[in-house]
Amino acid sequence: MLKIENLHVRVAGKEILKGLSLEVKAGEVHAIMGPNGAGKSTLGNVLAGREGYEVLEGSVSYQDKNLLDLQPEERAAAGVFLAFQYPVEIPGVNNTYFLRSALNAQKKYRGEAEVDSMQFLKLVREKLSVLHLKDELLHRAVNEGFSGGEKKRNEIFQLALLEPKLAILDETDSGLDIDALKAVAHGVNLMRSPERAFLVITHYQRLLDYIKPDVVHVLAEGKIVESGGPELALELEAHGYSWVKDRVIP
Amino acid sequence: MIALLESLHAAFSDQEPLENTALDHAIAIGLPTQRNEQWKYTSLRALSARRFTAPTAQLSAINPETLKTVIAIPSPRIVFINGVFDAANSSLSNLPEGFNVTADASPDSSDEFRFANAHEIFARLNTVIARQGVQINVGNNITADACLHAVFVSVNTGQDLAIHYRHHIVLGENAKINLIEHHISQDSQQHLLNHVCVVSLHSGAELSHARIQQDDTGASHFLRTEASLQTNASYRRLDLELGAHLSRHDLQVKLLGDGATLHANGSLIANGRRHVDTRLDIQHSAKNTECNLVWRGLATDRGRAVFHGGILIQKGSDGTRADLSNKNLLLSDNAEIDTQPVLVIHADEVAASHGATVGRLDAGHLFYLRSRGISEAQAKAMLTNAFCKETLQVLANDELINLVAPSLEKALQAIEVPA
Repeated sequence: MLKIENLHVRVAGKEILKGLSLEVKAGEVHAIMGPNGAGKSTLGNVLAGREGYEVLEGSVSYQDKNLLDLQPEERAAAGVFLAFQYPVEIPGVNNTYFLRSALNAQKKYRGEAEVDSMQFLKLVREKLSVLHLKDELLHRAVNEGFSGGEKKRNEIFQLALLEPKLAILDETDSGLDIDALKAVAHGVNLMRSPERAFLVITHYQRLLDYIKPDVVHVLAEGKIVESGGPELALELEAHGYSWVKDRVIP
Repeated sequence: MIALLESLHAAFSDQEPLENTALDHAIAIGLPTQRNEQWKYTSLRALSARRFTAPTAQLSAINPETLKTVIAIPSPRIVFINGVFDAANSSLSNLPEGFNVTADASPDSSDEFRFANAHEIFARLNTVIARQGVQINVGNNITADACLHAVFVSVNTGQDLAIHYRHHIVLGENAKINLIEHHISQDSQQHLLNHVCVVSLHSGAELSHARIQQDDTGASHFLRTEASLQTNASYRRLDLELGAHLSRHDLQVKLLGDGATLHANGSLIANGRRHVDTRLDIQHSAKNTECNLVWRGLATDRGRAVFHGGILIQKGSDGTRADLSNKNLLLSDNAEIDTQPVLVIHADEVAASHGATVGRLDAGHLFYLRSRGISEAQAKAMLTNAFCKETLQVLANDELINLVAPSLEKALQAIEVPA
């Protein structure tokens, strides 16, 4: 589904990703772990198409398309979803209106029929009940006045509603208490399917207690330095990132 | 000799009483130039070279399409066409007892000397020229849930007309009404529209007042508002400046009685080559008075938005609270925004804040919307809409907001947000 080869990315004049390669197949959950400054968030942002991330070298192919050629909205319509580390508050834009616009924009792009407000409401109720979310979130402006936990839950709610093919979770666990963490993990687990892949970016092993990855990668100094099964995460937790660093930079 | 003033003199001097000298006086002093502090950012040079004639007393015909806009505006309503009361399209029969609305503005010679300064020339000319406008008189304790619509339609008659309106709104003690003004045009023209609006709210009176200025992009629109609020009176006001080539609003509100409150918001939309100028002069002269002012400006293409937010808190007005926020979106390199909040405080115990910003659409907001599949153009439109619509909340009434929101949305649809 996603194949990244030798990706070099520069942000604000500084090379952050230095030859990252990664392959994710449909149905798989990959965890990307790594110390601060390793380039984890850069990977998420460059895949979603944020401005200011300059690709110097390498390629990203997604469903046999060159992902880097697509605008952010085209990537979304093609099924790429980034759950933001810091979801922004957008005053004045109603959350329900935003979500319906997003869903319909994607449907339109894909040549599917758009949903009317009744259909949309039904869909929203369905997703809210599965995720145990309060519908009060819908009546407010996008993320405005949401607590940290509410913002992250809103990201997972969007994930459930938009049903992407490739979901990238950028430190979705950061700043969450244990209840919110479980709720977020529950939402993600419900979405796991043979057609859908997840890239779970995290600093801590904790989230992986709740979202079981198929593959764990360690990202350090801008490239994947180690890949393995779930046991790799436990090893990292026990030894810390310095253990990896020592192996990368002699 | 200034062509504009000369033409007004020729058109209207026969209706001026002999002892009155406003038109002669206007010619003698001329129009304010940009050296005048109050007109620093707004040039009257192009306008001063133009000539206008008086509208005929006869009602101009409006075509069925324009009529539909007017008829779609709910009743009760009072309609004027090119400055003349249109009884046939007005509908004032459902007004409650004690809520009186008429169209005649009898000249009041005391008004003329109220506007003696050079910078107030349009208001002064209005006092001698205007013969019609909305006259609202609401008796003590009369409250009306329904909203009165005042509709001003401009029509092209083949001539550039100078159309003057004087409005007078008086609410008795504890009276409460809602008013929406619609300024619309049937076709393109280049009329001069000159309004004066005097609002007087007695103790405990509450007025919610929205003005949607959607004149033709060839028109010039001037308005001087003078409101006075007695004890515990409450004035909620919204100004949407969506039309006219040149518009200028001088909004003066005097909080004269203890506990009087003003909530005045506005959105200034300057696209194309439009010039939108609003000047606030809010005067607190009693205890525990409050003003809350939220103004949003958007300038794109070669448009220019000018905002002056003046708040004066006079000696002894303790317990006053004054908040002014003016945020602006500058969407083109050729557009311009001039904003100037001015807070003058002579009292001791006050809480006051003011702030003004000029910026572009937030890149982080744009990316968030686009990352969910919303196109760049739609994302920009959503953010621009949200920015400009924030002011509508001043009406604090969903029914009123729903009546005015479509005009703003439609105006914003016409704006192309550049990449």
